[in-house]
Amino acid sequence: MSGPISPSSVPAVSKGFRLQWEEAQGCHVLLYPEGMVKLNGPAGEILKRCDGARSAAEIIQDLERQFPGAEDLSDDVYQFLSTAHDNQWIRFAA
Amino acid sequence: MTTSGSDSPPKPLWLLAELTYRCPLQCPYCSNPLDMAKYSDELSTEEWIRVFREARAMGAVQLGLSGGEALVRKDLEELIAEAHKLGFYINLLTSGVGMDEHRIRAFKEAGLDHIQISFQASSEELNNFIAGNDSFRHKLEMARLVKQYDYPMVLCFVLHRHNTDDVAQILDMAHALQADYVELATTQYYGWAMLNRDQLLPTREQVQRAEALAHDYQEKLKGQMKIFYVVPDYHEERPKACMSGWGSIFLTVAPDGTALPCHAAGSLPGLSFPNVRDHDLAWIWSASPDFNRFRGYGWMKEPCRSCEEKTKDFGGCRCQAYLLTGDPANADPVCAKSPHHAELQRRVALASEQTPPRESPIVFRNMRNSKRQMGVLDSGPPANARRLSEASTD
Repeated sequence: MSGPISPSSVPAVSKGFRLQWEEAQGCHVLLYPEGMVKLNGPAGEILKRCDGARSAAEIIQDLERQFPGAEDLSDDVYQFLSTAHDNQWIRFAA
Repeated sequence: MTTSGSDSPPKPLWLLAELTYRCPLQCPYCSNPLDMAKYSDELSTEEWIRVFREARAMGAVQLGLSGGEALVRKDLEELIAEAHKLGFYINLLTSGVGMDEHRIRAFKEAGLDHIQISFQASSEELNNFIAGNDSFRHKLEMARLVKQYDYPMVLCFVLHRHNTDDVAQILDMAHALQADYVELATTQYYGWAMLNRDQLLPTREQVQRAEALAHDYQEKLKGQMKIFYVVPDYHEERPKACMSGWGSIFLTVAPDGTALPCHAAGSLPGLSFPNVRDHDLAWIWSASPDFNRFRGYGWMKEPCRSCEEKTKDFGGCRCQAYLLTGDPANADPVCAKSPHHAELQRRVALASEQTPPRESPIVFRNMRNSKRQMGVLDSGPPANARRLSEASTD
């Protein structure tokens, strides 16, 4: 899929990438052939919800439930999903 | 020694396990040490698993299984399974020789994440000449199977004088094989490549053409195939940030258990390098004198010591500084600020603008030639000494 990400877009971590929590580094990392991206806290929280089942809107809802103090998260989430898609870390199942 | 006592040493992220130096190929640019024949007392399965466990406990997450040819190890499936249980992302770096569909499937079941296959050229004739065996068709078949079994696929081509002009054909072939990533790795002059440098150095014009073509293809195949073009550092004005700094993120263990901050560091003088058979990895990484020798900035001499770019390139490569100046604490002569830079440029120009001399034959990488290099065998013409110019006259 190309074009803007909508609330109904369903992101999933791309084939060939592996997301995992690294205790030694205290963060999520995205692993791929001979490389790794260290994710900051928010990026890790978003990416671990990109499971090919939840839509972008559901991910935002879920994050707002889990982090009630946070201001409106949707801009940040869409911005990160867009970056992640540009880097081919995620694809859209729908 | 480290520059400041307050910084705790960084953690290794990368473990390169050189499982064996045995290899059915004889590539004359191999980065294995010339004295590889002395590393024959290989770590056992249990010893490797202990190394994996200790590295993982320190935070290493990327594991490269390499050699030599890692497929020579009969316990590769078992090593992959154990590393997978520990949570590594596992990369198999291979020639494909020694692989078949049965093993590709077994690796997948054991948890292997990625397979990188190296080719020597895009034509069967040149590939087989450089590899020293008839491997080209088998490699093609293995590449197809890697895709069929749904691994991400990296194809690696080491570039030098004799295949640099084929970059377009190489990338067309990689695209046809549906590679996800292609590494165009310019020969780095260590080990066997240093011995064969005059035969391998491309001309400046060749390098410029290859670079332009690689960039065209990067544009053209954006989103389909990622192309990494490693700039040949001999033709640069600033050194590479080798290993992201000594003892910074990278840890190599050689077949006999010798632990190294990079796979070429074994050739450096005055260092003995600890062995995993004698010490645990945490001590080796954090406390051993050799891993601290060039860590940080305190060891630097001028022009590096006062250079504001030292945090970017760490003074370049210690092995290259040693090979080209005799002192591993000197600035890497690739840097235009090095007093040895002009001499390197002169030698590069000389070597790369001339036809390789007929009297300097290429020395293929094999155990017999390794023993000759170590002075164990009588000198004489190196085993399998042939000139690359003979490649087309078979």
